[in-house]
Amino acid sequence: MSLSSQLINLLAAIMLLIAFAMLSQRRILSLITLFAWQGVVLSLSTFVVAYSTGQGHLYFSGILTVMIKVIALPWILYRLLNRLNIRWDVETLLNIPTTMLIGIALVIFAFNLAQPISELASTVTRSTLGIAMACVLLSFLMMITRRKAVPVVIGFLAMENGLFFAATSATYGMPMVVELGIALDVLVGAFIFGIFFFHIRETFDSLEVRHMEKLKED
Amino acid sequence: MPAAPVSPLEVTVGIVLFWLAIGLLGILRPKRPDAITRIVYPLGAIAGVALAVVGLVAIGLPWKGMVLPLGLPDLPFHLRLDALSAFFLLLLGATSAGISCYATGYFAGQQHGDPGLTCLQYHWFLAAMALVLIADDAYLFMVAWEAMALTSYFLVTTEHNDPEIRKAGFIYLLIAHIGAIAILLCFGVLHGGQGDYTFDAMRGAQLPGNWATIAFLLALVGFGAKAGIVPLHVWLPEAHPAAPSPVSALLSGVMLKTAIYGLFRVTYDLLPAVHWEWGLITLVVAVVTTLFGVLFALMQHDLKRLLAYHSVENIGIILIGFGLSLIYLGTGHPLLAVLGLIAALYHPLDHAVFKALLFLGAGAVLRESGLRDLGKMGGLMRVMPYTAFFFLVGALAISALPPLNGFVSEWLTFQAALLSPALQHGVLRSIIPLAAAALALAGALTAMCFVKVFGVAFLGVPRSVEAVGGREAGRWEQLGMAWLAALCVILGLCPVWMIGLMDPIALSLLDYSLAYTNASTHWLWLTPVSPDRASYSPVLFFIVIVAVVLAAFWLVRLLYHGRLRRTAPWDCGYPEQNARMQDTAEGFAQPIRQIFAPVYEIESHHPDPFDRLPRYVTKVRDHCWRWIYLPIAHAAAFCSRALGRIQTGRVAVYLMYSFATIIFLLAFVR
Amino acid sequence: MTLGGALNQLVQLLLVAVAAPLLVGWVNACRAWLQNKSAPSPLQPYRVLRKLLHKDVALAENATWLFRFAPYIIFGCMWLVAGIVPVLATDLPFAAAADVIALVGIFAVARVFISLAAMDIGTAFGTLGARREMLIGALAEPALLIIFFNFALISQSTSLTTIVETLAYREFALYPSLAFAAVAFVIVLLAENARIPVDNPATHLELTMVHEALILEYSARHLALIEWASAIKLFAYCAIGIACFLPWGIAEAGDWGALPLAIVAAAVKITVAGAGLALMETVSAKMRIFRVPEFVATAFMLAMLGLLLHYVFEV
Repeated sequence: MSLSSQLINLLAAIMLLIAFAMLSQRRILSLITLFAWQGVVLSLSTFVVAYSTGQGHLYFSGILTVMIKVIALPWILYRLLNRLNIRWDVETLLNIPTTMLIGIALVIFAFNLAQPISELASTVTRSTLGIAMACVLLSFLMMITRRKAVPVVIGFLAMENGLFFAATSATYGMPMVVELGIALDVLVGAFIFGIFFFHIRETFDSLEVRHMEKLKED
Repeated sequence: MPAAPVSPLEVTVGIVLFWLAIGLLGILRPKRPDAITRIVYPLGAIAGVALAVVGLVAIGLPWKGMVLPLGLPDLPFHLRLDALSAFFLLLLGATSAGISCYATGYFAGQQHGDPGLTCLQYHWFLAAMALVLIADDAYLFMVAWEAMALTSYFLVTTEHNDPEIRKAGFIYLLIAHIGAIAILLCFGVLHGGQGDYTFDAMRGAQLPGNWATIAFLLALVGFGAKAGIVPLHVWLPEAHPAAPSPVSALLSGVMLKTAIYGLFRVTYDLLPAVHWEWGLITLVVAVVTTLFGVLFALMQHDLKRLLAYHSVENIGIILIGFGLSLIYLGTGHPLLAVLGLIAALYHPLDHAVFKALLFLGAGAVLRESGLRDLGKMGGLMRVMPYTAFFFLVGALAISALPPLNGFVSEWLTFQAALLSPALQHGVLRSIIPLAAAALALAGALTAMCFVKVFGVAFLGVPRSVEAVGGREAGRWEQLGMAWLAALCVILGLCPVWMIGLMDPIALSLLDYSLAYTNASTHWLWLTPVSPDRASYSPVLFFIVIVAVVLAAFWLVRLLYHGRLRRTAPWDCGYPEQNARMQDTAEGFAQPIRQIFAPVYEIESHHPDPFDRLPRYVTKVRDHCWRWIYLPIAHAAAFCSRALGRIQTGRVAVYLMYSFATIIFLLAFVR
Repeated sequence: MTLGGALNQLVQLLLVAVAAPLLVGWVNACRAWLQNKSAPSPLQPYRVLRKLLHKDVALAENATWLFRFAPYIIFGCMWLVAGIVPVLATDLPFAAAADVIALVGIFAVARVFISLAAMDIGTAFGTLGARREMLIGALAEPALLIIFFNFALISQSTSLTTIVETLAYREFALYPSLAFAAVAFVIVLLAENARIPVDNPATHLELTMVHEALILEYSARHLALIEWASAIKLFAYCAIGIACFLPWGIAEAGDWGALPLAIVAAAVKITVAGAGLALMETVSAKMRIFRVPEFVATAFMLAMLGLLLHYVFEV
């Protein structure tokens, strides 16, 4: 295996490691830091793919990723945390070892799902499709098992990271227009989430998602 | 070797008849019932040793069959002694010898109960188990199987005045019969519709399509009910504590292995070809059983119930090796399957020896101090040092610690699991490492459980008056336990010899042997696949540790001094330390209860600050009762009640039933 | 078994036994420097051992033979481990006596005996320590086994010397499953050697102790043997980590020219490992006891993930 393939595999493994670490983290600040590191790893892998296959537009993708996911989004989230004054630990729906066991089951599922597809693809990054799907599923799990609103949003952003990684590994990135569109959507979404957090807190005096269960007919 | 005048099979039949005969001696009622116990059980023990020797010799000899002139007119009793039967006869003989020795002392000191009747049931139980192992047709197998179930039922309910024990016996018999029905159906499927129920006919029968899978599943359910796989295990924690201790040792040590023998016989010998899917199902069931057994064992504070749950766990470990072997066989890797089979055969032998030893130790504690609840024991090592030492050997063996025997079989199972890269199938390659991880977890939790048991029961200070007043077990009991402890050590230090002995079994069942690899058979190193790949030398291990211990002992005294003085233990400034400040069994396992809470059904009651008499109660129950057995029982009761409406008690209604039947038959049957 | 192999074995046994307290002293010194305190000399553990060996044993009144016997067994086990893990060269005759699975088993023997000895006296502290030690061990031991399985799958062998030879002399390749195994191994090292964030080796508060509570009753030569065994265990864990993850520099069997390089490489790696351990201890805080199972369970999960990743990437 060539060095770039091995490097991409290593970076994919680190992405999975970070996704798992986010699943088991309690403190929101650490979650944001891990999200930033995930962005770094993502952009590094994009650069490696760009270098080894000579596709120029992937360099732009990588720089965009760095700007938005490593710098802009974490900064917005830090400021949000400061203004919302959240510091304490995050409660989870199930306890952490059970969540990690479900995570492992999801990883096995994602690997087995991706195996026949990987054999068909011809890119240098084909074995990372399973990892990308696993990252998406793990972030979804994180969204489900958290009680406070901010980690749910971070899970959503991490899911988008996983999707981006899947796109890079299966098809050498998406068309530039699509990428810019998604990036803009995510940025705008983060702003809107921020506004919503304040509204939620004003209405319910707390940022726990279960309070929103009151918003139903009866 | 010159042809012996008597074949091993004939000697075995002779031993079976001998056991039946001396059992009958128990019916004679002499003036001193002690005399019966002191004469008959040692004879039974000698017969056990003889059986073990016969089994040992017969593994390497070619198989031999025999037809007895008993049985049905067109299906006389067929007997057969081949390598697999010989191995399990070795297991039966060696373990029962130690247990019979122990029983000499145990039953002699029994105040109540009828020792003669117990003697009859005990020896007929042994004879029935031996017959199961040498049966070669379905009829004799079922007769012997039922005899085994019935004699053990009577043994379990020896103290039938206690309603709990009667209930335990009922559940035992119920599940034994559910299993027997499944086994009977399995034989029915296997004989392929030809009317000949001998095993030879079944070996040759061609089963179309899915019938082989159905036969395997029936065998798994039937033999699994007797072996104790989840969820058919519920009788084990009830029956084993209810029985007298030597009987518990026989049930846990030997009877569960006859079920394993049955499963191996049906799968490897009677079924035509093995499918790897069977191995996958077995592996999943085995992993669940293993983890379930050990997690529930950690929650028990009754010593014998705890040991019973560990039996469930160890059956799971045996089936993990079995499942691996089936997977390799079904995917076309017979050499790897041999390793799995050897692991799945070594563990029953190990488990028989150390589980019997543990039950006998628990029995000695029960007999000499009257205690079964760990919460009342403590410091027993001071009053019964030999029992404590033998129990320690058993505890170290079951925790799979080198250089004892439990470690060898776990090592072999891990080596078999690590050969999984040879497989091509994606799902299998992911599941086998998970099974190995579960096995590792179970081993570590077992060690924790036995540190708890030994520490709470034998070490520390006594927690009750009975614990202070215990005495050492008698000579016969010590002899039985010493025999089993010595077997633990021998099986741990000489695995190469034992595996070489077991090779003909693999050869006869799978047509492959470890000799086909570049495994060396040097007595010192255990290298089943190749020396580069893995090697383990328990003898060297043992020698090095003993040498270092002696050297350190001697050097310290030479260079410094060996002075010592006795003081009070460190009490951190609290002078009022008493026995209740030590950990209890529940307290030791409390972190596990917290971490694995979803597995258990926990009912707990905590006192609130305003209770005048605060009580703290925690009960841990088995989910299987609530979700599986009670609904079935309710459904059965409901159906019976519904049907019971037919019985109105009025004569006119009954006459009308007959009248209606006659009209029906006249109208519709020509 | 060649003469060179026997010589290497003897040298390694003596070297590890003698150098282990120095490693402990070095870690303590680094930690003191990092916390801006004045450090004791790295040779301090030797003086402590000598002091302890001179003293009379003060034995509790109700101690049995198990209590007196356990320190020797633990020391024997750790010495055996010292003889199995390749530090300088892979030509070790003893290494064929125990593969990685047996290595984990030896650690388990030591853990069981020290827990039993702690329960022997019958005070609350001993049983507390035994319970916590067995709990941590119940999760750390399977994690260690799975970490070793990662290596066994890559190098097709469970013998430690074969693993080292395969990884050191193959062409350089990045193994993602080993990345996971590395993180898991660091967690297991911290848990098994009673380091912060699992256990504070310098605590005096009995309710926060894990390892210290086990040896609370021991004194004099027994305590000296146990402390020495703990030092050898830490050295052995560092050596296992280095042999598995950074094996370059260990001399191949029969290659005596590479021996001086091997000695220098081993010394440098162990020194850096000790400093790294001190750094990790300084930046972390000790965890609540009920967070520890989650911490070690994370190591278990990571190791299992590594196994699964192996099948995706490396086959």
